[in-house]
Amino acid sequence: MSEPVPALSLDDVRHVAKLARIALPEARLAPMRDELAAILGHIAHLQRVDVAGLEPMARPLAASNRLRDDVPTEGLSRDLALMNAPAREGDFIAVPKVLGGESS
Amino acid sequence: MSEDLVALRDGIRSGTRSASAQITTTLAAIERANPLLNAYHEVFADAAREQAQRIDEARAAGAPLGPLAGVPIAVKDNIATRCGHTTCSSRILEGYRSPFDATAIERLVAADAILIGKTNLDEFAMGSSCERCAFGVVRNPWDMARVPGGSSGGSAAAVAANLCAAALGSDTGGSIRQPAALCGVVGFKPTYGRISRYGLVAFGSSLDQIGPLTHSVRDAALLYEVMAGNDPRDSTCAPREVEPISATLDQLPSRMRIGVPRQYRTGNAPAVDAALERSIDLLRGLGATIVDIDLPMTDVGISTYYVIAPAEASSNLARFDGIRYGLRKSGGDPTELYARTRAEGFGSEVQRRIMLGTYVLSAGYYDAYYRRALQVRRVIKREFDEAFMQCDAILGPTAPTAAFPIGGVTDPLAMYMCDVYTVNTNIAGICGISLPAGLDRSSGSPLPVGMQLQAQAFAEPTLLRIAHALERALGPLGAAPASINSAA
Repeated sequence: MSEPVPALSLDDVRHVAKLARIALPEARLAPMRDELAAILGHIAHLQRVDVAGLEPMARPLAASNRLRDDVPTEGLSRDLALMNAPAREGDFIAVPKVLGGESS
Repeated sequence: MSEDLVALRDGIRSGTRSASAQITTTLAAIERANPLLNAYHEVFADAAREQAQRIDEARAAGAPLGPLAGVPIAVKDNIATRCGHTTCSSRILEGYRSPFDATAIERLVAADAILIGKTNLDEFAMGSSCERCAFGVVRNPWDMARVPGGSSGGSAAAVAANLCAAALGSDTGGSIRQPAALCGVVGFKPTYGRISRYGLVAFGSSLDQIGPLTHSVRDAALLYEVMAGNDPRDSTCAPREVEPISATLDQLPSRMRIGVPRQYRTGNAPAVDAALERSIDLLRGLGATIVDIDLPMTDVGISTYYVIAPAEASSNLARFDGIRYGLRKSGGDPTELYARTRAEGFGSEVQRRIMLGTYVLSAGYYDAYYRRALQVRRVIKREFDEAFMQCDAILGPTAPTAAFPIGGVTDPLAMYMCDVYTVNTNIAGICGISLPAGLDRSSGSPLPVGMQLQAQAFAEPTLLRIAHALERALGPLGAAPASINSAA
């Protein structure tokens, strides 16, 4: 009854690491595959539950979009917004060149 | 013996106690014990002394004082405070200073509480042992060779060792209740949406809830009252009245039907089963009717949780990109910077959960894992709804065992199982509280055992009144943490 857990390849792990934006070292790929496979194997329990016709429940309270009153509130000052920047040039956050690099 | 917060507050308000003297005592205790316990990452000694002096002066001048006047409160380091740093016990946020206070913090400060410092946690609140803290493991005050539980283990250890009057934690799958149980203190997770999440660094946004860790149910009720209530800055915060409860805790509910799920009675340590049986007897003595109930989804909770929580975490933690704040590992283009920063800045458990969450949300697996987990979530919620037609509260152990040795659980899955009795509370969005309910004396030092009561969403008054009655019937644990004995 329970569906077989899909076998994870090292390429799968590489792909997920790329999606997750984590530069996983080559040496971590196989251990990560094994750890994920063990957890996914356990999670396969979910397939045993009869969920026919049930709406997914994304949050505990049936709340609709609630908006606060549309009145101005104080925002962050420039100094506060910049105080944690790892690199700064004047009033800007400095970053490496965006164009010309690898696109993904 | 540990003193409760209400007594301290009353002393400071009436002028028989000085807030400054209390802070001096607390800071001295921290200085003595923290090098051993590592409960605090940062202590706000100067700010706390200044605030205490202001409170003493205000009292001397006859100004009215708030409901938490002069009470030293520790804050889990994933809750934003303008004072000091907010690191989530992660390298990626080392040195980060929050430009704002969390709503819960604002409300504590407005009530004249004194913030005493920030406590260690499992990195980003992902863990059940506080061994996953980037700034060193936290130790259990009852036995330094054992874990305090997690992820709010620093807060639980600080309360247990009298290094604060109370502490804040956050609970995504048991992170307040399980460490409270392992450290012998009270840990209360209110209903989802009761306390604003504004300023709580997001882990699982549909599960996260701030709550107190305290010496007593009354203290927990008081802190809850101060912090709970609608907040326009958190659209998931419930716009409902918060019924004052701390002053009327003694009123036993007219009807007390306590459900004990069959599924909560298997696989526990003998001392945990004994504490459960004793709690059942005491509740019966208080006039409660004990109802045998069935929660067949109990063991599916962990599977459901380990899809939903990592999925939400993988999305929430995408913000840590090395660009605007936190750690940055340079090299190459921004995408490379992003990936290198995260590989260096996140510990292995956080990386594992982000990977898992990314996988279950990825094309081809979304329906089989994420969508299905959300459907099972509805089954779990429905099961609780049906159970609460037969009973007013559900009783069971908070965790299957007392505190385990540091390094004793290395398999991630085995660690996840520590939360088998607590995750479903968050999945269904209901409320739960853990009480110290006995000692496990099977292994050298006595170790606390916790019992959990759960109640329907927004049934905090019922939950807290029953918990208060049970707490009084149980009486004190009959031993103090080793760290206090050796320091005295």
